[in-house]
Amino acid sequence: MQLSKLGLDFEKVNKARQYASGIAADVQNFVGTYTTVAVERTLCRLLGIDGIDANEVPLPNVVVDDLKLKGMLGEGVMFYIGNAMVETGLTPQQIAQQIADSQLDITRLPIHTTDQIDLALQPYISQSIARIKSNRQRRENYINTIGEGAKPYIYVIVATGNIYEDVVQAQAAARQGADIIAVIRTTGQSLLDYVPFGATTEGFGGTYATQENFRIMRKALDEVSTEVGRYIRLCNYCSGLCMPEIAVMGALEGLDVMLNDALYGILFRDINMQRTMIDQYFSRVINGFAGVIINTGEDNYLTTADAYEEARTVLASDLINEQLALLAGIPEEQMGLGHAFEMHPDMENGFLYELAQAQMTREIFPKAPLKYMPPTKFMTGNIFKGQIQNALFNQISIWTGQGLQLLGMITEAVHTPFMSDRYLAIENARYIFNNMKDIGNEMEFKKDGIVCKRANQVLDEALEILGKISHEGLFSSLEKGMFGDVKRPRNGGKGLAGVVEKGKNYQNPFIAIMKGGKE
Amino acid sequence: MSGGLYSMERNDFDQTLDLTKIKPYGDTMNDGKTQISFTLPVPCNDESIEAAKLLMKKMGFENPQVVFYKELTPGFTFFNCYGSCTHTIDFTSIHVPKVDSTVWDMDETDTFIREHIARKIVVVGASTGTDAHTVGIDAIMNMKGYAGHYGIERYEMFEALNMGSQVPNEEFIAKAIEMKADALLVSQTVTQKDVHIQNLTELVEMLEAEGLRSKVILICGGPRISHELAKELGYDAGFSMNSYANHVASYIAQELNKRLNG
Repeated sequence: MQLSKLGLDFEKVNKARQYASGIAADVQNFVGTYTTVAVERTLCRLLGIDGIDANEVPLPNVVVDDLKLKGMLGEGVMFYIGNAMVETGLTPQQIAQQIADSQLDITRLPIHTTDQIDLALQPYISQSIARIKSNRQRRENYINTIGEGAKPYIYVIVATGNIYEDVVQAQAAARQGADIIAVIRTTGQSLLDYVPFGATTEGFGGTYATQENFRIMRKALDEVSTEVGRYIRLCNYCSGLCMPEIAVMGALEGLDVMLNDALYGILFRDINMQRTMIDQYFSRVINGFAGVIINTGEDNYLTTADAYEEARTVLASDLINEQLALLAGIPEEQMGLGHAFEMHPDMENGFLYELAQAQMTREIFPKAPLKYMPPTKFMTGNIFKGQIQNALFNQISIWTGQGLQLLGMITEAVHTPFMSDRYLAIENARYIFNNMKDIGNEMEFKKDGIVCKRANQVLDEALEILGKISHEGLFSSLEKGMFGDVKRPRNGGKGLAGVVEKGKNYQNPFIAIMKGGKE
Repeated sequence: MSGGLYSMERNDFDQTLDLTKIKPYGDTMNDGKTQISFTLPVPCNDESIEAAKLLMKKMGFENPQVVFYKELTPGFTFFNCYGSCTHTIDFTSIHVPKVDSTVWDMDETDTFIREHIARKIVVVGASTGTDAHTVGIDAIMNMKGYAGHYGIERYEMFEALNMGSQVPNEEFIAKAIEMKADALLVSQTVTQKDVHIQNLTELVEMLEAEGLRSKVILICGGPRISHELAKELGYDAGFSMNSYANHVASYIAQELNKRLNG
């Protein structure tokens, strides 16, 4: 039996996991019979289709939109591109070019046998798989040779809008002690149903996620990793309407961490729940295979709902996200399940409640590199108090052994961080992580004290919610506003038009390969 | 730095408060003491410390002191500084435009609407344009409200719709027409490169083109929005930090009453 410092009843935890597992299986039954425009564009990219047409439309969109317009997307791009390769002898990229130039209609070619199609696709499939594997190997080599920072990994954001300026900020942060650099995306990118192309220097509140920008930043971090003698991870965001597409771009360019949460998109970006659950599955399969740590977005529930009352929904959602991730082949060691330090600073004993919740999350997900998010909702522009709020947050993190510590910035709610804001945040975290390093091993919690009671209460409440959701189904629960006080209709939101039922010729061989089947 | 522990400076300036010539206060009236921090894009050395002091002088500080410096990354040095500000402000001549209404609580506002307007007031709100932040509009509109102030959805005499974030101006206007809105609330949180100004201006222009501008009470809000800026952009009112649902709701009730009942 697991030992709990909080006196948690692991029978209850097991029961909660069983509920979550049922909820996830129910979602997966739905997901299995559909594909989406984003999934198909991802397959295009895995076949090596890249670039843009004369109107700057990405070629994967050209191919997928063409099939969708003709009502043939349900058969999938693998079938049609593979068949066109057999028929024409062209490469997938050449086929995409010809579709863009209106020289080829891949739905009107003679149909070849499955064996011929598979044979034609095989070298391209192997090539992508090999590239993703080699990126994973590259990361492991770095970690085995130069090493990495101790957990909690210090995680900071850069957000200048210009990828070249981001490089300056990111390298500075790495030299100051950051372990993970997240390049926050430009406002609104999550709602684009395509991924922009090339290096970009204009963005609002962030920088476009493009494959070229990924490459530029990964190269800059490789350089600085060698310089500081510590592997620096790169994080981006595969949430929104392009979840699997961004996942595959990250996998192809060696990204290390990805925000990856359909629930977040549904609740906070009003993305259609059916669309994004289907997208999420393939994106997680890719992230799992690429060795990428995913981050889930439960912390956001606490920005719209009360952090004390809604702790139960965070735990319930973490458990559901864990099961959905397992179904996609993501090991626990790559699950950066989210939670946050967001209680009102005036709350009496708020620190103890936060401590209870962080320790509870740690004990319930012992192998997961938990992503712990800083105070944002009650950051006021009083930067001096903000530094203390962030210090309390850092103390809980080192005390309870969190995995990824997204550092709070004193200028939260004021501007995107200055170089000096990031320096002060890293200095704060390093001071506390060093000064209080073993506090978690030294301290025990008073039996039946405030901390133990709080943790057990949250677990009881989460168990109750999961019971309800397992009865109701996840989609209906989201319609009723179970998470973050936000209600979303099943057929509402953005992106539903991009969902199609799979046809009889449909195939996606990457899922079996990436989940550890034969290549 | 140890020399700064006790002030040995002579206080040979006039220490009486004169509201026509105010300046920052450290621990003595008119000492002008100010703290400031910044980063210069140069390596850390004697020359960059001198540069920081010279910059402070150019900013109007006497006796500039660099109390902390640190090279953040090669070629960028961070400074914490103190100095005495030489500039003064005539406080008696300042005029700041403010939203002209009495602030009531939820019950007072509902009662006022029942007595004077005798129907529900329809309010449509959104975070418009590419802005993905719902925190501002949620704080004002959602049932739960913020910091103990219930949101407009909870008021009995309001029919409120919160359209959420990233709502295009076209959709926002279409919904306003459909619901026959009395008041429109626009929240803007992202202000990088003044994207909020472009977006707020576009909404006013579109409302004018539709002939709707004078028919609605148009309100914007956000951490970087002031009433003055709102008026400049063609809005009826602007609400900034530390404004809650009751500020907005009581303003709407009084403004609508003025328009309907003179």
